[in-house]
Amino acid sequence: MDTDKKHIFDNKKNVQRVLYGLFSSLILLLAIEPFVTKHPYFPWEKSFGFYAIYGFVACVLLVLVAKYVLRPLIKREEDYYD
Amino acid sequence: MIEFIPPAFIYMAGALLVPLLRGRVKSAWMLILPVISFLFLINVQVGTAWEINFLGFDLVPFKVDRLSLIFGYIFHLISLIGIIYTLSIKSDLEYVAGLVYAGSALGVVFAGDLFTFFVFWEMLTVSALWLIWARRTKASQAAGFRYLMVHVFGGLVLLAGIIMYISEQKSISLGFIGLHSPATYLIFFGMGINAAWPLLHAVIENDMRRVLSYSLINQVGFMMVGIGIGTQLSINGAAAHAFAHILYKSLLFMSMGAVMFRTGKINATDLGGLYKSMPWTALFCIIGAASISAFPLTSGFVSKSMVIDAAAHGHMSIVWLALIFASAGVFHHSGIKIPFFAFFGHDAGHRVKEAPPSMLIAMGIAAFFCIFLGVYPKFLYSILPYPVDFVPYTAPHVLSQLQLLMFSALAFTLLLLSGIYPAEIRAINLDTDLIYRKGARLFYRVMDKGLNAINRTAERILIGEFLVNLAKFVREAPAKLLAQICQPFWETEEDKADPKAASKKFMKRAQSGFYPISIMGLFAAIYFGLLFLQYIATLI
Repeated sequence: MDTDKKHIFDNKKNVQRVLYGLFSSLILLLAIEPFVTKHPYFPWEKSFGFYAIYGFVACVLLVLVAKYVLRPLIKREEDYYD
Repeated sequence: MIEFIPPAFIYMAGALLVPLLRGRVKSAWMLILPVISFLFLINVQVGTAWEINFLGFDLVPFKVDRLSLIFGYIFHLISLIGIIYTLSIKSDLEYVAGLVYAGSALGVVFAGDLFTFFVFWEMLTVSALWLIWARRTKASQAAGFRYLMVHVFGGLVLLAGIIMYISEQKSISLGFIGLHSPATYLIFFGMGINAAWPLLHAVIENDMRRVLSYSLINQVGFMMVGIGIGTQLSINGAAAHAFAHILYKSLLFMSMGAVMFRTGKINATDLGGLYKSMPWTALFCIIGAASISAFPLTSGFVSKSMVIDAAAHGHMSIVWLALIFASAGVFHHSGIKIPFFAFFGHDAGHRVKEAPPSMLIAMGIAAFFCIFLGVYPKFLYSILPYPVDFVPYTAPHVLSQLQLLMFSALAFTLLLLSGIYPAEIRAINLDTDLIYRKGARLFYRVMDKGLNAINRTAERILIGEFLVNLAKFVREAPAKLLAQICQPFWETEEDKADPKAASKKFMKRAQSGFYPISIMGLFAAIYFGLLFLQYIATLI
């Protein structure tokens, strides 16, 4: 089909734009937090950036445990069951 | 005028006609079935129940309450979407099995007694089996048999449970069976863990369908927590989440199905860069991924937050933290991983056509509802079992959810750019199916090593030693006894000088019957002697 056509992410600049968009939205999300009145149920929700830190740490832990602990234990060849 | 026909009957009777119809008529017939059934359903009164007396039990094959109604609606919607999606497949077996499957599911939803429930539940299994076998490949045959084995077992357990329940309760009515013990908390925490645990598997899994299935377990965990908390808010949340989940998970499965339909590949290692040739599928997949991640303005946001808030209302901090963790994790592996590895990432070089129109329309309808429910949650909230006074769109709530998701995205980005993110590997990961896939072989080996070893030992001891010794004993013992008895009487001086040679000689003589004393005679003498002693004893 359209093998020669240039697509949007073939241009490295567009990939960088996505990354810059992500980083700036992160800064924005932290920047507006002081202006939002919270209704916390738990004490830790009051601390600044709790959700941001929790989300980040959770995902990093998830990947590291999956890669270094779980994968060596359960990885098998593709035809393991055949 | 017929007032009402149960959906299960419409679907199943309709399915029987499918093989007789051809071409466009067949397509139209299949599309109109869910519509007719739905029209009947929206006019039915809550509380309607059909009762039949059968063998002394009150059967209620059809019963409508608000909870069954919401599942009835979503099953109609999703079966319509499913029919549109499969219009390009053209296989009567799949159509009939699919309609029977949808009909059985509706039968289960509206079952008013345990007997009806069980019958429809088993029909669900059988039709699902035909759906798997309809692929007609060797792998699908094997998978079908595994599915059958697991479900036959599950069905038997269910039947046993129902029979025990009936004998305890003397009734087959289906209602709140209830949990009122420490078991409640155990099951409850189990479900909370259930929501978080499969994420680990999903991160390293290569097969996209399995990634989606792991996130399905995760999402069902949310619903079970909602049911377990047991407040009006949490049960509403569980029902709403089920409704939203069926839509966006089907959307994700349909998008992966379209990818497989066009490229023939489903492993992350074989895919990538498909946004170039399947842009619409990519867009719909992203909408489904955003919904499962509970981005604001999607259906997942308005339903999942009800469950999380219900946990917070109950001050269940551990459950709450687990649910937030699960929210971040599901975004990480389903929200990002699925679209990224299929449609972006490394370009695998597939230059295929966009998905067929029927598939695009089906995905489009599902995607529309994902956003519609997120933008206009009142629609979803109005059909929930209990009245809703929950406001999903508050400033702190939207902000905290966005922070959680975007920083999870940051984690993914940084891990990917740094090369730490586990590369997709052509491999499979063990899971609980190991128990029954490898179990048979393990069983054989244990039996071989265990029982056969016992067999061999038994043979060695019993046949090799015990029988030989027994034979030797039977052959030699009487002679030995005889020789020993006779020795003092027949002994000569010469024998006394050489006792070893003497006992050998006596033994030889005894064996060859040289001594005239019969051993039986000796035993008889002893016997009579004992009798005589006893006689004496009685006299005294």
